[in-house]
Amino acid sequence: MSFTFRHLLDAEALSRDEITFLLDQSGAFQGIQKQPLKKLATLRGKSAVLAFFETSTRTRISFGTAAARLGADTMNLQAESSSTQKGESLIDTVRTLEAMRPDVIVIRHAASGAPHFVAERLGIPVVNAGDGLHEHPTQGLLDALTIRDRLGRLDDLNVAIVGDIRHSRVARSNIHVLTKFGCRVTLCGPAMWLPPEMAGIAPNVRIEPCLDRALDGAQVVMVLRVQTERLQEPALPVDEYIRLYQMTPERLRRARPEALLMHPGPMIRGLEIDPAVADSPQSCVLEQVTNGVAVRMAVLYLLTSGAGSHAADIQAG
Amino acid sequence: MPTREKTQLLTAAQTGRTIQRLGHEIVEKSGEGHGVALIGIRRRGVPLAQRLARTIRAETGAAVPIGILDITLYRDDLSLVAAHPVVQSTDIPFAVDDRDLILVDDVLFTGRTIRAAMNGVFDLGRPRSIQLCVLVDRGHRELPIEASFVGRRVDTRSNEVVDVHLEEVDGEDRVMLLERVP
Repeated sequence: MSFTFRHLLDAEALSRDEITFLLDQSGAFQGIQKQPLKKLATLRGKSAVLAFFETSTRTRISFGTAAARLGADTMNLQAESSSTQKGESLIDTVRTLEAMRPDVIVIRHAASGAPHFVAERLGIPVVNAGDGLHEHPTQGLLDALTIRDRLGRLDDLNVAIVGDIRHSRVARSNIHVLTKFGCRVTLCGPAMWLPPEMAGIAPNVRIEPCLDRALDGAQVVMVLRVQTERLQEPALPVDEYIRLYQMTPERLRRARPEALLMHPGPMIRGLEIDPAVADSPQSCVLEQVTNGVAVRMAVLYLLTSGAGSHAADIQAG
Repeated sequence: MPTREKTQLLTAAQTGRTIQRLGHEIVEKSGEGHGVALIGIRRRGVPLAQRLARTIRAETGAAVPIGILDITLYRDDLSLVAAHPVVQSTDIPFAVDDRDLILVDDVLFTGRTIRAAMNGVFDLGRPRSIQLCVLVDRGHRELPIEASFVGRRVDTRSNEVVDVHLEEVDGEDRVMLLERVP
């Protein structure tokens, strides 16, 4: 089975079959990360704009690495030096970038829906690398790939996501990906970060403020990053968050013994996660990073290769 | 584009015998098959390599390592073909450095697939030598590439297609010459 994608804007719009196809394609690119020579010429002559209107290190480097390994060139826009600082509108900025004739644009923006807005107006494929509080679809895909590799399947898993659910696009993309495979997702965190309406964004999602109960029987545990400026002290002091929600070895024992421990990074040891958990055999944090490059290679390949919409029947040479 | 069958090039029995003969030739030329590894090019090069390995093993007792190569990412026509071709994994479970490799494919035509395959192999290391084994060589080369082991040479026209069927993929062994009908 094969699918054609025009953009990658959110995980919500992807079907289960499309996600499976994207993960299978990513699997082919995982092998390349292990080769001594990792650089392909597949997208030679093509270029990708990495338009990061919001600061990012990991995701930007991951997309940049993916493009480089496919042989594509990248044009970088970074928030700090962006002309948006000078008052230019988003659409003017991306139209300027498009005028340099790239083949794909990867966008991160603080406004939810910005990539959709751009996709409707530009003639090139758009990849959402994180938009506001909405989605981060490649993170959802790379997490799913990591789970599928480790557990051998994605179906019907019990998944707990812990931390700042409200502000997490990682949580939203994961919910949309995993529930399509019948996973039951439990969201856990302090009340101010746990909006009740999150339970309604997909089937089989529930809210559980008590961490021990949320972890009970979990096969996958995702710990989200905590940004201390969002803790709104004194409402919830850091010490209190650590006491109630830090993932410690004792807490993790509430989950299944084989449960995976995931974190999208950057990880703050001693805050949301105990170092012993971060370095445990259950942790897949670094696999997530490696798989991120493979998933992004697959996405860039699928969006930029091929000339038309209908497969030509050719005799292999 | 629709095609119609023009001639049968190899029957089931002839296909099987041809593959056996290729296996014998590999043994003869590479000295009992020692140190040789086969790399099947997806898709039909893979079962072909497996059958060659069985023949070599039956004759010499040597277990020949087999790898699988997907050349999609190395194709030179990705911007010409329509929708992106589906990428499959490459699985070469041995080090290619200093090995004598034999690439295996069903049909040798323009030579572009083999060029792509060689690029793929060189991303994995530096083999001592690379040879090529094909079931059918249909001519029309566009690159300076020739096969060391050829099952059957066929003169073809450019509007013809050599269609190889193998039991493992197609449920039958058979090689046909098809003609494109406008």
